[in-house]
Amino acid sequence: MNRKKLVVIGAGMASGRALEHLFAAEPHGWDVTLFNAEPRGNYNRIMLSPVLSGEKAFPEIVTHDDAWYEEHGVTCRFGEKVTKIDRAEKTVSGEEGEPVAYDKLLVATGSNPFIIPLPGHDLDGVIAYRDLEDTNAMIDAAAAPGSKAVVIGGGLLGLEAAAGLKLRGMDVTVVHLMGHLMERQLDEAAGYLLRKALLDRGIKVMCSANSKQIIGVDGKVKALMLEDGTELPCDILVMAVGIRPNTGLAAEAGLATGRGIHVDDHMLTSDPDVLAVGECVEHNGAVFGLVAPLYDQAKVVAQTLIGETAHFVPKEVSTKLKVTGCDLFSAGDFEAGEDREDIVFRDPGRGVYKRLILKDNRIIGAVMYGDTADSSWFFGLMKDEQDISEMRETLIFGPAYQGGEPLDPMAAVAALPADAEICGCNGVSKGDIVAAIEGGALDLAAVRAKTKASGSCGTCTGLVEQVLGVTLGDDFVIPAAQSICGCTEHSHEDVRRLIKSQELKSQAAVWQELGWKSKDGCHVCRPAINYYLLADWPLEYRDDPQSRFINERKHANIQKDGTFSVVPRMFGGMTTSDELRAIADAADKYNVPTIHVTGGQRIDLLGVKGEDLPAIWADLNRAGMVSGHAYSKGLRTVKTCVGKEHCRFGTQDSSGLGIKLEQKLWGAWSPHKFKLAVSGCPRNCAEATCKDLGVVCVDSGYQIGVGGAAGMDLRETDALAQVPTEAEAIDVTVAFYQLYRENAKYLDRPYKWIAKVGLDWVKKRVIDDLENRKALIERFELSQTIYQKDPWAEHASERADAYQPLASLNLQAAE
Amino acid sequence: MTTWIDIGALDDIPNRGARVVKTALGCVAIFRTGEDQVFALQDRCPHKGGPLSEGIVHGASVTCPLHNWVFSLETGLAQGPDEGSVPTYPTRIEQGRILLDAAQLANRSAA
Ligand code: SRM
Ligand SMILES: Cc1cc2nc3c(=O)[nH]c(=O)nc-3n(C[C@H](O)[C@H](O)[C@H](O)COP(=O)(O)OP(=O)(O)OC[C@H]3O[C@@H](n4cnc5c(N)ncnc54)[C@H](O)[C@@H]3O)c2cc1C
Ligand code: SF4
Ligand code: FES
Repeated sequence: MNRKKLVVIGAGMASGRALEHLFAAEPHGWDVTLFNAEPRGNYNRIMLSPVLSGEKAFPEIVTHDDAWYEEHGVTCRFGEKVTKIDRAEKTVSGEEGEPVAYDKLLVATGSNPFIIPLPGHDLDGVIAYRDLEDTNAMIDAAAAPGSKAVVIGGGLLGLEAAAGLKLRGMDVTVVHLMGHLMERQLDEAAGYLLRKALLDRGIKVMCSANSKQIIGVDGKVKALMLEDGTELPCDILVMAVGIRPNTGLAAEAGLATGRGIHVDDHMLTSDPDVLAVGECVEHNGAVFGLVAPLYDQAKVVAQTLIGETAHFVPKEVSTKLKVTGCDLFSAGDFEAGEDREDIVFRDPGRGVYKRLILKDNRIIGAVMYGDTADSSWFFGLMKDEQDISEMRETLIFGPAYQGGEPLDPMAAVAALPADAEICGCNGVSKGDIVAAIEGGALDLAAVRAKTKASGSCGTCTGLVEQVLGVTLGDDFVIPAAQSICGCTEHSHEDVRRLIKSQELKSQAAVWQELGWKSKDGCHVCRPAINYYLLADWPLEYRDDPQSRFINERKHANIQKDGTFSVVPRMFGGMTTSDELRAIADAADKYNVPTIHVTGGQRIDLLGVKGEDLPAIWADLNRAGMVSGHAYSKGLRTVKTCVGKEHCRFGTQDSSGLGIKLEQKLWGAWSPHKFKLAVSGCPRNCAEATCKDLGVVCVDSGYQIGVGGAAGMDLRETDALAQVPTEAEAIDVTVAFYQLYRENAKYLDRPYKWIAKVGLDWVKKRVIDDLENRKALIERFELSQTIYQKDPWAEHASERADAYQPLASLNLQAAE
Repeated sequence: MTTWIDIGALDDIPNRGARVVKTALGCVAIFRTGEDQVFALQDRCPHKGGPLSEGIVHGASVTCPLHNWVFSLETGLAQGPDEGSVPTYPTRIEQGRILLDAAQLANRSAA
């Protein structure tokens, strides 16, 4: 029989599989010439990652060896790039040698790694991650002791590169443009867990980081510079930011191409004698990046070549990350949305997160992290579009629980053996706790005191209470601490404590580690969590405007008709004729309907349109005024009287002290608003004794009172201390404010918080313990380096667009 | 009939945020959820007219900034004990652009 001539361009994963199918169907029908630009034959490209990490050697991942090519009569032209396809002559030319004639041509050129054209991208040491040469270059670089790598790209490839390099002893930093890792496969919660796992193994991860420039010395890479000026020194820079189908050759030959080489369902290109397969193709608008669909294509290609009719039908694909110890799985569509429901399971103790996305009682997407044992079962249900309404209740627990009884948590605890560990931090077993209870510890506090169980990170509190419940029976009622909202069982106090003890530094971390029941919180918990995080981690956490009430998001008070009020700051209630003129001009220019002199000694411009805010702020800024934060859970006003400069009874410079205090404290956020006043003598014209903190000046110094109120409750301040100097009065005020900021529950004014912790507890920390006072002040000052800035100026110059409508429509056009 | 019009880029709206589109018949609030879903609702709370676009977006819901009523972005229905509903309009995302169905919007006047 006359063998047909087949030329294959590219010896990759797709063509390798296609040839296997072809030879299985027609063992002796073909005379094949196989070109490959790489100086080797087909190998399992996806296993380059274990080669990089040292878990495998290259020979182990070769899929077709010389004997195989020989057996099937394949002429190998490895290390030779094809430079031209001549469709009229039906020949293919390589870099060397004669053109090779074909009856059928198979293009399988794969894709090229995308290199961001940053300045310096062509320096020596900038490496993509695609083939064995890249892999070996990385292995060589890692051999030098103390060498550093930066990986741009926090997707599948970038993370596998990072993990491999780390295992080889390199110092590795991953720089990722988006807010969380693998954002195309993972949602925020899973991305958070993945990041944590990578951090745990010593890989640095920077998200939302924009690369600016690659810096080199003598033509060799030396560092990556980010948009914000940060420099990350490195000996190699791996760029793993995506791939582009390799279509150049096909396009030059006049084949139809778009993002990839156009193929129909039979894998035929626009020329019936030319087929294409793999990552180089585009089918129905889709391009490919994982092998599963390529293997399906390979089958179809073989069928088409032997003259059978077969159709390529894209199927659901799933992703796993090949980094040992990072178990994740992602498949389908995981966006929330219309008629979709989520089933979420979180096990903070084990770092497990599972989420199924349902539509019409069918699984359409799945994201899991930490425990992926059931992923193939879920994936099967998803591919089969199986109706899951019957097993919905227990679906998330996997196949093992189907058909069984729902588990009672108390029964589960009762069934635990005595040596089961309950408190991981302190190594306390169930037996220890039961012994303590039998020895007379009858509530959580007593058990905690005796055994230390739940005393550290606190996540096992619920379990300890269940052991109490099981042991004491009806004598023990598990106390229901008031939870923040329906999203969590935890109280504000617990969450504050856990954020500190577990070092939770993002909202996603809080939601995951503390087992939030909703996907991303609600209007009650989000503002509280946002505040706790920014107060406890001023440097690490970035304030989230979307978790703030509108007033704090737009830095103005919303009015009942949707307009806003604008209150510029007047330090210590003092103003100047220039400021008053600027306010008057602004009122005229922006048609302010109402101007009110406030109870906090300032001027309120009411009824300003949202769109005008940036402009009116810019005008007020020009006159030297900043936001008065009249809208904030934060520092409000410092009211003062005129004091000894003018008043015949004044003992100290009360307005001067008020101005100094306001200058120090403005811009800070706190659990609730914080108001101060300074009066020049006990006549107390500034009403200092009903403020959160009030100073009354006397001949011998400054009397500081705290916990006053004059709103929904009316309360006189309690004396905190009397201090001799103005400087000490400022120190005590700052320290008190910081203690309140660090400890109070969100929306507790100081008087409510002091009622809980006791004034003595406060005095001990702010007055008696000078070291602690100093530490509080330092922490406040650190926070102010971030938060003492005028949001008006920032928004007017950088975010003014956001205050305008997205679009204005003329609906006539539609009719 | 649907008439899709391009009103802006997805990235013009903050994640878990909203912007408005002005029309002759009042503002329409365009919401973007944490999962990059986009919804369009009339920017007027049925309670006392609060601008929903200024609310906090959580899951596929928004909380009105004036008195904390919560509405589903998918159906426009008030959640929990409150009763009321807000008109919703079809949207689509194509290549990072948000499209709004102008025909449906225009129908408001007739309705
Ligand atoms: C503008 C002003 C009234 C005025 O025109 O004089 C005012 C206006 C508002 N107050 Fe006030 N309070 C104003 C001084 C006061 C005072 C007097 C003071 O500060 O010396 C008090 C009592 C002192 C106190 O805070 O203990 C006061 C106790 C309240 C309360 C009750 C707080 C409490 O803990 O009991 C609220 C409600 C709240 O914060 O939850 C409140 C809330 C409000 C809000 C923010 C209501 C709201 O959420 O929309 C009002 C905003 C009006 C606007 O749109 O601008 N306002 N409010 C005063 C602004 C002072 C300033 O210059 O910043
Ligand atoms: C490190 C790494 C890890 C991966 N992990 C996974 C994973 O876990 N799961 C998964 O599903 N996928 C994974 N992938 C993706 C997977 O490897 C690809 O989808 C697959 O290899 C594509 O197959 P292909 O045959 O289309 O292209 P390739 O395998 O890239 O083969 C194309 C070949 O054509 C050659 N060629 C190109 N142009 C010419 C020319 N003009 N002349 C001659 N030869 C030419 C190239 O040199 C190359 O050898 C990974 C990829 C990499 C790089
Ligand atoms: S505080 Fe005393 S000194 Fe100052 S104005 Fe009032 S009465 Fe005068
Ligand atoms: S106006 Fe929306 S809740 Fe009152």
